[in-house]
Amino acid sequence: MTKVTLTVNGRTMSGECEDRTLLVHFIREKLGLTGTHVGCDTTQCGACVIHMDGHSVKSCSILAVQASGSTITTIEGLAGQGELHPVQAAFKEHHGLQCGFCTPGMVMTAVDLIGREGGKLTEETVRAGLEGNICRCTGYHNIVKAILAADAEMAGGRQAAE
Amino acid sequence: MYATSYHRASSVEDAVKLKSANEEGKYLSGGMTLISTMKQRLAAPSDLIDLRHIPAIRGIRIEGRKVTIGAATPHADVAASRELAAICPAICKLAGHIGDPHVRHMGTIGGSIANNDPAADYPAGLLGLGATIVTDRRSISADDFFTGLFETALEEGEMVTSVTFEAPEKAGYAKFNNPASRFAMTGVFVASTAGGVRAAVTGAGSSGVFRHPGFEQALASNWSPDALNNVAVDPSNLMSDLHANAEYRANLVKVMAKRAVASAG
Repeated sequence: MTKVTLTVNGRTMSGECEDRTLLVHFIREKLGLTGTHVGCDTTQCGACVIHMDGHSVKSCSILAVQASGSTITTIEGLAGQGELHPVQAAFKEHHGLQCGFCTPGMVMTAVDLIGREGGKLTEETVRAGLEGNICRCTGYHNIVKAILAADAEMAGGRQAAE
Repeated sequence: MYATSYHRASSVEDAVKLKSANEEGKYLSGGMTLISTMKQRLAAPSDLIDLRHIPAIRGIRIEGRKVTIGAATPHADVAASRELAAICPAICKLAGHIGDPHVRHMGTIGGSIANNDPAADYPAGLLGLGATIVTDRRSISADDFFTGLFETALEEGEMVTSVTFEAPEKAGYAKFNNPASRFAMTGVFVASTAGGVRAAVTGAGSSGVFRHPGFEQALASNWSPDALNNVAVDPSNLMSDLHANAEYRANLVKVMAKRAVASAG
């Protein structure tokens, strides 16, 4: 067993695991943060997307030991004091989810995408940015709408702050 | 996944030493192929030697027209490099279409070429650019590096540390990707370099990435998509699988080559 220490959603958290333990299982089973989902087991669906050191990654394709020492944000870390993150709020507003299983990965992907290309997203770039995320309810249309709305909202917020 | 032991290398020397101490071990870079393969129990290395935390092999360096990309540089960094895009946009475009955004944040150039998947993008890019692959012990030209399906010239325990190339006069890459996996069903990289015109094809050859001399000759005398109209593509050495048969791929090779030339301008 190896000790893995991560900064998760602002808190330092540790746990023991086998070297072969996947990061997603560590997060769900050792840290009890079950918002990050396992949808496919074949690295294709993106339900397990989290941020590691500021970048979106698939936590089902990384070992927990590989991630040790890094800073992680999961879906549980997005909302502020009782207030949804603008991307979460936009998903709610635009009905960007049906069954909701893929939603944590979609939201984490959207936050990463807006962080990289915020303020200039188009339907095309959003769809390209969602290449690694699968929604089996085929709800992409409203997901794209929600992300564009969140981008506009956040760009407006940035302008207002400047 | 079968049990494995993880080691985090702090330097190239450390990594090579760890590898030689663990014969059944494997180098682990971004892990975007290796971890998935291990999850399916198709690979079971006794040890993993993680190369992602070696600062010396990460990053992009540009001196004049000479480009050096550290082996542990993720695809996303290559895709987003403005300095690199200023002199060789084709390689940035190639990197920006590997897998998906999450894969590009983890997967590395060194891992991709050491694995030499016959449908991977970077082998075409490096062979097309006439790049040099630098390892812990020597330099290998791309022409000698890619030797077959998942086969390279790397010796046991040898580790890629960087790739270098001269920025070409112009270059372009076009791929027809498998919509599910996003691997190339066929991808063609063309470049007009100081050493001549080069055209490399991935995703199609039954022995992995290969150069197409017919395309190279035609483009050397006339750099335009139409120059390839009458160049034959022999399907006999191309792959047939459930996605496309060899004849279909032969046609794709030409179409992608023309698009690559068009994109190079």
